[in-house]
Amino acid sequence: MKQRSPDFHLALRIVHWLMAMLVLAMLFIGVGMVSTTGPLYPALLTWHRPIGMAILMLVLIRMPLRLVTGAPPLPRNLSPLQGTIAKGSHVLLYASMIAMPLIGWGMLSAGGYPIQVTEGLLLPAILPHDLKLYAALRTAHTIVALLFFTLILVHLAAALMHGLVRRDGVLRSMTVGHRSLRSGSAGG
Amino acid sequence: MPPPSKRTFAGATALIGTIVLLLVVGFAWAAGWIGDRRISGDDVLAAIEYNGGSHPGYRRAHAKGLCFSGSFEANDAGAALSSAAALGHGNYPVIGRFSLAGGNPLATDGRNVFHSMALLIRTPDGQEWRMALDHTPIFPVADAASFVALQRATRPDPATGKPDPVVMKPFLATHPEVKAFQDYMAKAVLPDSFANATYYSINAFRFTDTGGITRFVRWQFVPEAPLTGIDKAHLGSLPRDALFKEMITRTARGPSRWHLKLVVANPGDITDKATVAWTGPHRTIDAGTLVLTAVEPEETGACRDIVFDPTILPSGIALSDDPLLAARSKSYSSSFTRRAGEDAGPSAAAKLQEHSR
Repeated sequence: MKQRSPDFHLALRIVHWLMAMLVLAMLFIGVGMVSTTGPLYPALLTWHRPIGMAILMLVLIRMPLRLVTGAPPLPRNLSPLQGTIAKGSHVLLYASMIAMPLIGWGMLSAGGYPIQVTEGLLLPAILPHDLKLYAALRTAHTIVALLFFTLILVHLAAALMHGLVRRDGVLRSMTVGHRSLRSGSAGG
Repeated sequence: MPPPSKRTFAGATALIGTIVLLLVVGFAWAAGWIGDRRISGDDVLAAIEYNGGSHPGYRRAHAKGLCFSGSFEANDAGAALSSAAALGHGNYPVIGRFSLAGGNPLATDGRNVFHSMALLIRTPDGQEWRMALDHTPIFPVADAASFVALQRATRPDPATGKPDPVVMKPFLATHPEVKAFQDYMAKAVLPDSFANATYYSINAFRFTDTGGITRFVRWQFVPEAPLTGIDKAHLGSLPRDALFKEMITRTARGPSRWHLKLVVANPGDITDKATVAWTGPHRTIDAGTLVLTAVEPEETGACRDIVFDPTILPSGIALSDDPLLAARSKSYSSSFTRRAGEDAGPSAAAKLQEHSR
C-alpha cells in the first residue's frame, strides 16, 4: 500500500492560505459595510462582490483538488470523536465557502438587483425576482456569515492547539510541510 | 516528540486564546458593536418611524406611490458627457414610480412636501440606471446625521399636528440649511400634477466620457406640460388622493413627456452638498425624452418590488463625494430588506381603482 503524504498538496496549501485571507477580509468587509450609512458603505460594497466571486471560483478549483490529492492521515492518538469533529468541521467550512457567495448571488437576483461584480462584469440572475425569497436569503447571508466566522475561530484555535500544544504535525501539514522538517535541523 | 511541560501548555493556550479574542474584538469593532457610534440604516429608519409612525410592508419613506412605465428616447447628445449606454442613441424601457414624501402610504396629497419620481432605465447590455428624484433642486439636509436630527425635530405634536417649536427652534438655529430649504419650499410652486413637475437628481454625480474625461453633473427631467401650482392656502381641502387620481385620468388620455437635461458643474460649484443649488448659467445638454405611457397601482405595477437606489449606476456614471448618496443607498436598502419580509396592505392607488369601477 502506498504511504499517504503527511502534508496537504502544495497547491492546496497555497489556495488554503489565499482563501483564508480573502474569507477573513470578506467577513470583516461584510459586517463593516452593513453597519454604516457613511461613505464606507458604497466603497466596501465595490470590494465585497468581486472578492465574493473570487472566493466562489477558488473554492470550485479547491474542492476537486482536495478530492484528488487527499488529506494526510490524522494523528493516531486522536480520539474517534475528535476525528469526527475534525472531518465534520472541514465539511462545514467547505459548505460555508460555497454557500456564502451563492446566497449573495441568489439574494441579489431575488431582490431584482443588477448583479454588478465589477464595472464591466454583470452576472445573470440565478433566482426569480421575489421579495419574500430575497428577505429569507438576506437573513441567511447574515446568519451563515456569523456561523462561518465562529467556525473559522474554532478551526484556527484547533490548528494552533495542534501546532503549539500537541505538536503532532497537523498544523505543519497545512503550512511548511514535513519535508522541510526532515531536511532542516529543527524539529522534535 | 517530548510532551510539552505544564508551563508551555499554559503559555500556548494563553497565546491561542489571545489570538482568538483579538479576532473577535476586531470583528465586533468592524461590525460597529463596539467603539464609536455610527449611524446605521436602522437608525435612519427608527428616526423616520419616530416621526411618522410604523407602516409595515411599505417603503419607510415615500410610502405612497404609483407605478408607471414607458421609455427613454436618448438622442445621443449625452454621450458628450458619459459613455453610459442609456445616453447613447436608442430607445430604452423604463420602470418608474411617482410618490409623495413621508412614511404613510395613505397620507393626504394636500401637503407641501416632496413630489418624487423614481426611475429605472435598462439598456440592452444589462446595465441599469436607477434614480430617485424630487421636485426640488435641493435637499433640506446634507448628511445622514442631519437627516436623523431633522426627522426627530419635525415630529408632529399630536395636539397641534405641527412640530414642537421648543424642539424646532434650537434645531433650526444649528441647521441653517434646513431653514433655507423651508423658506424655499414656502415660496416655491407646489405642482398640481405629477406630470408638470421638474424632477431633480438632488446629488451631483461623476460623468466620464469615452475619452476618459470626468465632469460633475446634476440632472433634471423637465416636463413638456406647463407647470401650474396647487393653491397652498387651501391644501387642507384637497381630496386625499387628488394627485394620484389626476395622473391616472391624465394617462388614460395620452402619454406625458419630460426632457432629460444634464447640467455640468461650473468651476467652484459645490458637488458634495445637496443642500446647495447651482446658480447662474450652466452648460446644459438635452439628452433625450422620457415618455410615460402607462400608470398602474403598486399591486400590479413593476415598481413595487424595486429599490430605486440612486447609487445603482451604469458604467460612465459614478458617485460623487456627496455623503448623502451613501446614506440614501444604505437607508433605502435597509427599508427594502425590511419590507421584503413584511406584508403590505393595499396602496392608495389600488383603492382609487376600486372606487372608479
